[in-house]
Amino acid sequence: MQTGLEDQLGLYQKRIPIFTRSVKGRFRRFKTSVLVLAYAIYFLLPWLPWTRLDAPAQAVLFDVPGRRFLIFGLTIYPQDVIWLALLLFIAAILLFFVTGLVGRAFCGYFCFQTLWTDFFIWIEYKIQGERPARVRLYRQPWDREKIIKIASTHALWVLASFWTGISFVAYFTYAPQLVTDFFTGQAAAAAYITVGILTLSTYAAAGLMREQICTYVCPYGRFQSVMYEPETLAVHYDARRGEGASGRAVVRAGRGIVVERRRAGASAEAEVAAERRQTNMSAGQRALAERHAKGFGDCVDCGLCVQVCPVGIDIRDGLQYKCISCGLCIDACNTIMDSFGFPRGLIRYDSEQNLAAEKPARPKVQWKRLKTIGYGVALILMSAYLVYSISTRGSFDRAVNQIRQPLYVVLSGGDIRNRYQIRITNKAAQDQVYVISARGIPDAALDLGNFREITIKPGHSGLVQASVRLPPALAMQTKGFELVITPQGKPAEARVETVRFDSPSQRP
Amino acid sequence: MSEQKLRQQKMESQTVQTTGHAWDGDLQEFNNPLPAWWVYTFYATVVFAIVYWTIYPSWPWGKGWIGGVSDITYVNSAGETKTHSWNTRALLLEDLNQAAVAQKPYFDKVSGMSYAQIAKDPEMNGFILSSGKALFADNCAACHQAGGQGVVGFFPNLTDDDWLYGGSYDKIHETLTGGRRAFMPAFSEVLGGEQIDQLANYVARLSGIGHDAAKATAGDALFHSETAACYYCHGSDAKGRKEIGAPNLTDKIWLWANVPTTQGEEGKVAAIRGVIANGLNKGVMPAWAGRLTPEQIKVLSVYVHELGGGQ
Repeated sequence: MQTGLEDQLGLYQKRIPIFTRSVKGRFRRFKTSVLVLAYAIYFLLPWLPWTRLDAPAQAVLFDVPGRRFLIFGLTIYPQDVIWLALLLFIAAILLFFVTGLVGRAFCGYFCFQTLWTDFFIWIEYKIQGERPARVRLYRQPWDREKIIKIASTHALWVLASFWTGISFVAYFTYAPQLVTDFFTGQAAAAAYITVGILTLSTYAAAGLMREQICTYVCPYGRFQSVMYEPETLAVHYDARRGEGASGRAVVRAGRGIVVERRRAGASAEAEVAAERRQTNMSAGQRALAERHAKGFGDCVDCGLCVQVCPVGIDIRDGLQYKCISCGLCIDACNTIMDSFGFPRGLIRYDSEQNLAAEKPARPKVQWKRLKTIGYGVALILMSAYLVYSISTRGSFDRAVNQIRQPLYVVLSGGDIRNRYQIRITNKAAQDQVYVISARGIPDAALDLGNFREITIKPGHSGLVQASVRLPPALAMQTKGFELVITPQGKPAEARVETVRFDSPSQRP
Repeated sequence: MSEQKLRQQKMESQTVQTTGHAWDGDLQEFNNPLPAWWVYTFYATVVFAIVYWTIYPSWPWGKGWIGGVSDITYVNSAGETKTHSWNTRALLLEDLNQAAVAQKPYFDKVSGMSYAQIAKDPEMNGFILSSGKALFADNCAACHQAGGQGVVGFFPNLTDDDWLYGGSYDKIHETLTGGRRAFMPAFSEVLGGEQIDQLANYVARLSGIGHDAAKATAGDALFHSETAACYYCHGSDAKGRKEIGAPNLTDKIWLWANVPTTQGEEGKVAAIRGVIANGLNKGVMPAWAGRLTPEQIKVLSVYVHELGGGQ
C-alpha cells in the first residue's frame, strides 16, 4: 500500500438516507399549522373569485400578456415596479432582522423547501410507516411489498408535485379555464412547459434531494450563518447540563430511574424507603441526583433528537451549518425528559452568550442591539412607505419629458419656444378624459395642438406634444413652470409636474 | 455503537478504493469514478445534441449542410413564399414581415385620412409620433439631426416657424416627395467689396442686429437696384419668396450665415458678407418619392409638421 492512501477521502459525499421519526410537541404543532396555512393560501388563492369589469373574475391574477398584476382590488402596472423593489427590500430586511433575533426561523418553519419536504415525509410516513418500518423496508429486497409501497409513495409525490405546478400556473391565467384546457390539451405551450418543469423540480427537490438542497444548493442558509450574534437565539444543546463531568449515559441501573425497581426486591428495600421518606423528591429528581453524584450529565443518549432531525445531524455536536433550526429535536428531547421526570429544555432555544454564562438565565429574545434596531427601523420605514405609496396611488401615471434636441428654438419673431412630451397612462378601470393646463406662464403660451383634452382607454398610454412659446423678455425670467394634469370630473386627483424652461441666455 | 467506532466506520466507507491492479509490486491506481448524476447529465447532453442535430441544421455536407427535419416558411424580398430548412435569417425575414403586417392597418388608415383628421385622432397621433420618429431617425436625421434642429450653415432647422418652401402639410409633402434645390449666385463677381459690405450691413439692419447706419442705407438702395437685384428673389420687402425657396431676411432665424453663434457686430456682419460674396449651391434636399412608400412620406409629413413649426 502507498503511504497516505488511508487518508484519501472521496471527493463525492454519497447521500446517507434519512428516515425521520415523527414527534409531537410545540414546534411540531407550529410547523404543522404553518404548513396548513401556507398550503391553504397557495393552493386555494387562485380559485378565489373577484368581480371585475375588464378582467377574469379571479382575485389574484398575474396577467402577463396584459402587462398588469391584478391583486384583489389593486391593479399593478409595469410603471409600479418600485413596489416590487420595495417588497423585495422588505423581504430581505425581514430575513436579516428575524435571523439576528431567532436564527434561521425562515428555514425551519416557512421556507417552501422545508414545507414541501415536510409534506412529502408525511406522505412517506403514512404509506411506509414509522421510522423503524421505513428503515426495514429500505433494507429489505425488492419484493412485492416494497415495490407497492415505494411506488405508491413516489406516485403520490408526483401527484402533489403536479398539483403544485398547476397551482403556480393558475396564478397567471384564469384558473378554471386553465384546468379544463390543460386536460383537454388546449392550454398554452408555456403552461405545459411550466407545469412540467415545476412538477419535476418539486419532485426532485422535496422527494429526492431534500436536505441536500439546504446543505449544498441554497445560498440563503449559508449567508444567514454570518448574521448570528452571540445574543441570537438558536436551537442549542446545553452541553454543560447534558454531558456533566463524565459525559452522557444511557439509563441503566445506578444511573437512572430504573434503579428504584432493581433495588426494591433486595435487602436494601428498607434503606431506599427511608431515603425516599427522608428526601421529598420525585423519582426523576432522585434519579438525576444519583446521576449527578456519579458525574453523569442529564442526556440519556436515547438518540431521539438525531432520529427526528430532517437534515440528519446530531445537535449535540453543537451549532452547525446544516441545522435549519426547525425545533423538532427540542420536541423530541422534551418528550424524553418528561417521561423520565427530568426538567425540560436540555435542547432549547437559547443564545451562545447565555449558555456560556456562569448562571444561565431564562432564554429570551434580545433585541436591544444596534444591528437589530437598525434592521427593525429600516423594516418599519420601508413597510410604511410601501403602504403609503399604494394607498395614495393615483388613478393615472404621467411623465413629462422636455425635448432636448434642440433645448429651445428661436422663432422668426425672436420668441423662444420649448417643447415637451407628456405621456399619460390611465390606470383606472374606465375611459378617462385628461385636461392639461399650465401654471406660471401666460395661458396663451401653452400650445397643445389638438389635445388640450385627451381621452385614454384603461391600461393604455396617450402621448401629447406640448410647446410653450414666450417672448424674449419673459423667457429670460422664466426658469420653469408647472404643468397640471387633471382627470376630468376629478379635480382632487390632479397632479402637478414642474418642468424647466430653457432660453439662450441660460445656456451653460 | 460508540461515537469513535461510528466515526471510524464513516472514514472507512469514504476511503477511496483502488482499481485492484498492482504494478511493480506496490503501484496502485485510485478508483475515483465521477458521481452518477454527473455522468447521467453528460449522457443527457449527448442525447440532446443528437436530437438537436436531427431537428436543426448542423453538419457541413458536400457544398451545403445537413438541414435537419424542421423547416421554416417565409416570404422573401421578391414576395415569393419559400420553404427552407430552419435558419435564423428566414426567421428574421418572417419577423419583419409580421411587424409589417401588424403596422399595415395603421399605414392603411394614414393613407385614408386627411391631415386634419390624423392630427385630431389621439391614437393616430401616437402612431405618427412613434413610427415617424423611427422613419425620421433612419432617413432624415443624418442631415437634419435627431430632433430636427438642423445645422446652421448646412441643413435647415425643422423645429422653428420659418420655412424656405412653406410649412403647410401639403408643402412639406411636396418637399419630401420631389426634393428641393436652392441656389444663390456669388456676388463677388458683379459687385465690389465696398458694395457687398453695404449690402451686409443692410441685411443686418433688417434683422435688428448692430450695423453701420450709413452703409446700411447705401445697402438698402443697392438691394433694390438693378445692379445687385437682390429683390428679384428676396422680394422688395426682403421677406423672401417661398415658391423658389428664397429666405426671409427680416426674421431672427439664420440658416446660411452663422450669425447666432458668431460673437460681436463686426463678426456677424462679416458672416453675412461671406454668404453674399460667395453665394451658395448646397441647399439640396433629395427626393424621397422612390425610396419611401407614399404612406411613409405621409407619416413623415405629419411628423415634421409636429416638430413644432407646422403651419
